[in-house]
Amino acid sequence: MASIEIEKLEKSYGHVSVLHGIDLDIRDGEFIVLVGPSGCGKSTLLRMIAGLEDVSKGEIRIAGNRVNDLHPKDRDIAMVFQSYALYPHMSVAGNMSYSLRLRKTAKEKIGAAVAGAASKLGLEPLLERRPKALSGGQRQRVAMGRAIVRQPKAFLFDEPLSNLDARLREQMRAEIKKMHADLKATSIYVTHDQIEAMTLADRIVAMHGGVVQQVGSPLELYDRPANLFVAGFIGSPGMNFLDAAYLGGAAILKDGSRIAVNSPAAVQEGSGLTLGIRPEHIVITTDGSGMRAGVELVEPTGFGIILHLSMHGLPVKVFTLDRQALALGGEVTVSFPAEHVHLFDDEGKRIG
Amino acid sequence: MKQSLLPIVAHRLAILCYIVFALFPLFWLLKVSVTPNDLLYSEGVRMWPSRTTFDHYAFVLRHSAFPTFFKNSLIVSASTAVVVTACASLSGYALSRFSFRAKYWIVALMLLTQMFPLVMLVAPIFKILSPLGLTNSLTGLVVVYSAFNVPFATFLMQSFFDGIPKDLEEAAMIDGATKFTAFRQIILPLTLPGIAATLGFVFTAAWSELLFALMLINGNDAATFPVGLLTFVSKFSVDFGQMMAAGVLALIPAGLFFLLIQRYLVQGLTAGAVKG
Ligand SMILES: Nc1ncnc2c1ncn2[C@@H]1O[C@H](COP(=O)(O)OP(=O)(O)O)[C@@H](O)[C@H]1O
Ligand SMILES: [Mg+2]
Repeated sequence: MASIEIEKLEKSYGHVSVLHGIDLDIRDGEFIVLVGPSGCGKSTLLRMIAGLEDVSKGEIRIAGNRVNDLHPKDRDIAMVFQSYALYPHMSVAGNMSYSLRLRKTAKEKIGAAVAGAASKLGLEPLLERRPKALSGGQRQRVAMGRAIVRQPKAFLFDEPLSNLDARLREQMRAEIKKMHADLKATSIYVTHDQIEAMTLADRIVAMHGGVVQQVGSPLELYDRPANLFVAGFIGSPGMNFLDAAYLGGAAILKDGSRIAVNSPAAVQEGSGLTLGIRPEHIVITTDGSGMRAGVELVEPTGFGIILHLSMHGLPVKVFTLDRQALALGGEVTVSFPAEHVHLFDDEGKRIG
Repeated sequence: MKQSLLPIVAHRLAILCYIVFALFPLFWLLKVSVTPNDLLYSEGVRMWPSRTTFDHYAFVLRHSAFPTFFKNSLIVSASTAVVVTACASLSGYALSRFSFRAKYWIVALMLLTQMFPLVMLVAPIFKILSPLGLTNSLTGLVVVYSAFNVPFATFLMQSFFDGIPKDLEEAAMIDGATKFTAFRQIILPLTLPGIAATLGFVFTAAWSELLFALMLINGNDAATFPVGLLTFVSKFSVDFGQMMAAGVLALIPAGLFFLLIQRYLVQGLTAGAVKG
């Protein structure tokens, strides 16, 4: 187990710059999730930590030692690939023991380590099989097993669950979380799925366009997104954004509706801003107060209901657990509780 | 069920036609090789002679230089196949995995070498080899065949390496392997089908090469089998029976060779490496 420090890390392929100065301190035993849309540089960052990509600028330290020029084999980390990358010509046991065999570990020790990992992952009956003869979920487990047979300084995961079906993904997510509670190994997990990020992470690193947007606990990112990107990326269905102007302690929407807000830190009277509110925080009022909105579409999810509303032409989504909403049609009135309203300035930065 | 029968029948028929078409010359070879000389022209066109004989085989094996040709061919073809496959494995891997400065030009140059009709090169090659004492020698043939086959074999091997996911090597390196260990323990075993195919391809090409063998070799001692076949053509006649018998015998090593490697040729060893 070890801490990992990343300082002013940059990566470019020729003239194309992919990562623009990443700073990140990962504590010993922490579970960090790198999350962001496809192409934002998550895999590149992870592969640089693994030693599979050269560092263009900056520094990576594992357990305090600079590893920029260290070969992957000398970094003592384990990685689970999205494709699993199982060795097709080796049995499951052979796959899991390969790293130990390369290190010339004693036979008995290898046997014990493989048996231990196999029992943790329920792979015992499959040990003699080739990867070809395994299902997707089983292959995923073998890839996990290969990582945990030795005690590496850190685990790296690159979208390990994205090739599984939804049900299996849920199950493996829980198992990974259990495994981390059990092994307490420093882990860096890459995903584009915000649910995985929220459920697994001690801290989430939200990335966009090769820049870290926000680092914080899942609830910090949910409650106080640092900017429009994080606000829109975390949460499902996504946050509603409405253009507004700040006037007299309230946000005035395009259609003229006034929304009371907690006064933001520094904002000039009359300046434009973006108001954000999560669908689950919008309240459907029954006493006729609030803003009027037309119901365009009703989507039941079983657990709750998503209402697509139109407020004078502006689309707004509402999520409610109240089944009565199913019967809604025509017009409703909604209110935006001030404590749940996020405000962003014209550059997208959070101001309140 | 009834509707799907017709396409299946048509499919099988098409395959059958293809097989018959492809194998018919071989059948004819076999047929002539067992036809006694006196029946060869007297019976007209028949699928099988009324009387068969192995005299041609006996003659070829006992009284001709055929065993020498055969041995020479075996030496030349096997050496060429091994040399070319070893070189092509390394160069194909380099083309598949590394990016280096002159890569584009090297590939272009290798393609260029494939464009010339070989006849153009006979004279210069003879000029180069003769002061080196490599004419009229099996070594010379191996050198020439290797030079001609390496570019294509390199592309062939490159495509096999391209088919092996890069993730596998990276996983091996993270597991603690050096680049070379990863190549030897992970990539090479997975490329066995490719290596077998390349061996087979180069072996057959060298086995049947006539032009250079004819130009660089004179006399029976270093002659390969295709050159040897021509000795059955005399000024006044062609001894078809013996020639065909020699031809059938020459098919044996190539056939055996493919029998040995066919397991690798048909085996999709990389299946299951990545997601399924
Ligand atoms: N070998 C490469 N050459 C050039 N550009 C690359 C290379 N690898 C990745 N990129 C670019 O870097 C960016 C980040 O890629 P990646 O880290 O794979 O994104 P993510 O994993 O977040 O989806 C992408 O825009 C991609 O096109
Ligand atoms: Mg990626």
